[in-house]
Amino acid sequence: MTVDIVGIPWVVLLIVLPLMGGMACFLFPTISKFLGLISALAIFAAVGGLGWQMIEEGAQRYAIGGWGASLGIDLYADGLSLLMLVMAALVGLGVSVYSSAYFSREKTNHFWPLWLFLWGALNALFLSADIFNLYVTLELLGLSAVSLVALAGGADALNSAMRYLFVSLLGSLFYLLGVALLYHSFGSLDIATLAQRIEPTPAVWSAVGLMSAGLLLKTALFPMHFWLPAAHASAPAPVSALLSALVVKASFYILLRLWLDIFPLTDNSLGQLLGLLGATAVLWGSIQALRQTRLKLLIAYSTVAQLGYLFLAFPLGTSIAWKGALYMLLSHAMAKAAMFLAAGNILCFGGHDRIADLDRVAQRLPVTLIAFAVAGVSIMGLPPSGGFIAKWLLLEASMGSGQWWWVIVLILGGLLAAAYVFRVIGHAFTQAELAHEAAAVPARMEWTALMLAFAAIILGLISPAVFELMGIGNPFGGGRAG
Amino acid sequence: MSWHTTLPLLIVLSSLIPGLIIFFLDEKQVATRITLNMASALVKLVLVGAMLWGIFQGHHYETRLPLLPGLDLVLRADPLSMLFVSLSTGLWLVTTVYAIGYLEDSPHRSRFFGFFSLCVTASVGLALAGNLLTFVLFYELLTLVTYPLVMHRGAEVARLAGRNYLIYTMGGGALLLLATVWLYSLTGTLEYTHRGFLSALDAVHHPALIVIFVLLIAGLGVKAALLPLHGWLPQAMVAPAPVSALLHAVAVVKAGAFGIVRVVYDVYGIEFAASLGVTLPLAILASATIIYGSFRALFQDDLKRRLAFSTVSQVSYVVLGVAVVGPIASIGGLVHLVHQGVQKITLFFCAGILAETLGIHKVSEMNGVGRRMPWTMTAFTIGAFGMIGAPPLAGFISKWYLGLGALDAGQNWVIFILAGSSLLNAAYFLPILYRAWFKAPPDSWPNERTFGRRETAWALLAPPVITAALTLILGLLASAPFSPLELAHYIVSQEYGP
Repeated sequence: MTVDIVGIPWVVLLIVLPLMGGMACFLFPTISKFLGLISALAIFAAVGGLGWQMIEEGAQRYAIGGWGASLGIDLYADGLSLLMLVMAALVGLGVSVYSSAYFSREKTNHFWPLWLFLWGALNALFLSADIFNLYVTLELLGLSAVSLVALAGGADALNSAMRYLFVSLLGSLFYLLGVALLYHSFGSLDIATLAQRIEPTPAVWSAVGLMSAGLLLKTALFPMHFWLPAAHASAPAPVSALLSALVVKASFYILLRLWLDIFPLTDNSLGQLLGLLGATAVLWGSIQALRQTRLKLLIAYSTVAQLGYLFLAFPLGTSIAWKGALYMLLSHAMAKAAMFLAAGNILCFGGHDRIADLDRVAQRLPVTLIAFAVAGVSIMGLPPSGGFIAKWLLLEASMGSGQWWWVIVLILGGLLAAAYVFRVIGHAFTQAELAHEAAAVPARMEWTALMLAFAAIILGLISPAVFELMGIGNPFGGGRAG
Repeated sequence: MSWHTTLPLLIVLSSLIPGLIIFFLDEKQVATRITLNMASALVKLVLVGAMLWGIFQGHHYETRLPLLPGLDLVLRADPLSMLFVSLSTGLWLVTTVYAIGYLEDSPHRSRFFGFFSLCVTASVGLALAGNLLTFVLFYELLTLVTYPLVMHRGAEVARLAGRNYLIYTMGGGALLLLATVWLYSLTGTLEYTHRGFLSALDAVHHPALIVIFVLLIAGLGVKAALLPLHGWLPQAMVAPAPVSALLHAVAVVKAGAFGIVRVVYDVYGIEFAASLGVTLPLAILASATIIYGSFRALFQDDLKRRLAFSTVSQVSYVVLGVAVVGPIASIGGLVHLVHQGVQKITLFFCAGILAETLGIHKVSEMNGVGRRMPWTMTAFTIGAFGMIGAPPLAGFISKWYLGLGALDAGQNWVIFILAGSSLLNAAYFLPILYRAWFKAPPDSWPNERTFGRRETAWALLAPPVITAALTLILGLLASAPFSPLELAHYIVSQEYGP
């Protein structure tokens, strides 16, 4: 096991750093902003270190305390984990910089510890190699996310935070029941071990059903999306960005891991069902987004729609489809974070986010508007952007497997997305004078939104390199990938 | 990376990078913006010139960057792409000069010129595209960057026009994407190949190929303003004159027509397309569009709307030339890609001058305008005669080859289309000329601005005078080396040769 300069492996550092940072922020609230930013940079660097190590040496497995699987805790990083970590690091850094200007003094003290705990939970989740650890990290993630939603204050935010808490606990509970069933049947929690021992018994099917239900609830797949728009829209802007970009992806990631490695899927009916729900989510979410009168709700419903695309890969099941879904996941993270941050700027400047009255606000924040528009390109799936690459791969996979009906969903979804994105952008073109009021919104809040939006575009140009990283450790080699 | 593998990329970047910089310039940095604009237009012209020269020397230029697993972003110079690239680059330069003059003192100039540069980036990119995926990429980009230009004025009509433009072009883009993916799933390649890459496909797939062809033409036909997908074009006339010029002559409409040429020649291959039986319906559709557009133009009093319907009609000549299936008609169609561009841009420049200088927007207001603005109206007259197809102007060359080619291919009915359309062209252009030159001017113009002793600002006047002169030169020196006709000959010899 290669170690870094201080003798701690990168995978461990990635979990320890945010947790330590969070503690430090909690203990020294007066300098929490400074400590938080330092931690964010350190985590970012550590992800870079892990990436470099993995390019050199391939996938990494690390047994904490040297106990090894089945007794101790194993950490495992392959290409899939790495991409998730990179995604979290990029969005996390952007949101950290943004938040350093966004929150009031009092809220800053609450925000940083919670956010760094959330980051730590995310990293740990992406690195976990056994299903019980996944549960623990999922729970920690849910709790810190709920607290962050409540940070906005006010009856609305508390209401949706309560609902979110309930959903989150319910989802984890289902998942935990499934874990218990699997442990009872096979005597192991380690994913790799389970993958070898698994056989299609009724107990396994129940476990699959329970775990999937819990995770789908947390991923807000239609029709279990009911909690998402309120929670994501009522949270403070940087938190909305984190929730839509990262938190919902975590439960999807677990589902994907289980699907690829553990779930025995001899027949494809569950896959078809997931695809169908995903397709409905795409259409329903987009239409709902189109009907919203508030910008943040529009963006939140757009998340419901975009999450639907991820599930189109399940009925297809080919490696092209998985690549497409993951690319959608990555580019959606960047683009959606940028959109929520842009919405935050608009809200911060204009005091409202009513779409019909955006004219005057949009005119005064050109950088924010560009960020929204550029992110919109990726959300619509138009070139050049990560969204386009994702859509192309999903289209290719659907055509290739003869399941042409998904093609219709993909094309329609893109058109609907264009409709709701341009509903907002259209407000930039009025006869009012374009005036950039520099002091109105802190520059770094405008520019982080723009940088994240550009990241979604750049993803559209570097896909071969990304797929190379994704291939480390061959995460799609087992299971049903083909 | 050598010169031969970077030059196509450089040509694209030469307007992309300045465009992106311009967005972040302050409104007041006029000198910097003008310098950047002109410098990038000139650099692009020099690069394209170098490439054109190299092509005639037998060099090959190709940039290939991996974009997707198994699919590359390919920018390649071949004679057909050179035809379009030279057109776009040359006309972009004059349009830039014109736009600088036209938008003096108006708001949002950084935004305007930023998108303006991206617009030419997209059209050059799709001209150089070496496979269908690259084409789709730039085709969609073109939609995105022209939308803000159409909406530029920000008035309610402009927003409506922009919305409609978006609905049409997004729909078209979706069909194009669908067809492209379908094609890829059948063949596993999208690389342009002389005479197409589909003829080897099993006959079982032929019905699918016909459907794909229809989808492709529908997707491209939106931008090419083929009947019945032309509705956005006359509406988009609310855009500022340089944008109309760009839309009609350099970028959007041309992109659609060019795409159709590519699909027929380098995706399907003309012979294979003919054997599928898809070329005749395409020719009929093009003919219908030609007649319909001319007919509608007759009844427009708004000058720019009349010109817009004229474009609907004229661009379909390109499609017709290709769909008639014969080498000579093809030459006519291809060369019209350039000739129509040069002529139509002249007319739009002049219309913009009339609006800016005298406040004239309608044909009925044009009485005696020739005496007030002799240079402008001379340029307009040359452009109009070119459109009608009068010798020795550029438009005559196109129509001559089209007619000859149709006879050669045994499709005599096309002659009637051409004759009818020329008559209609004359019927909607000559009354304008008559009013302008022979009727007495009114006591006062709707909204006159004076520019000392000159009839208008030189930045506005120079571009149409140059393009009008070009119309004459392209007609007179049609068979000179390096001329568009020469390139068209070369392209067609590759498609139809032994």
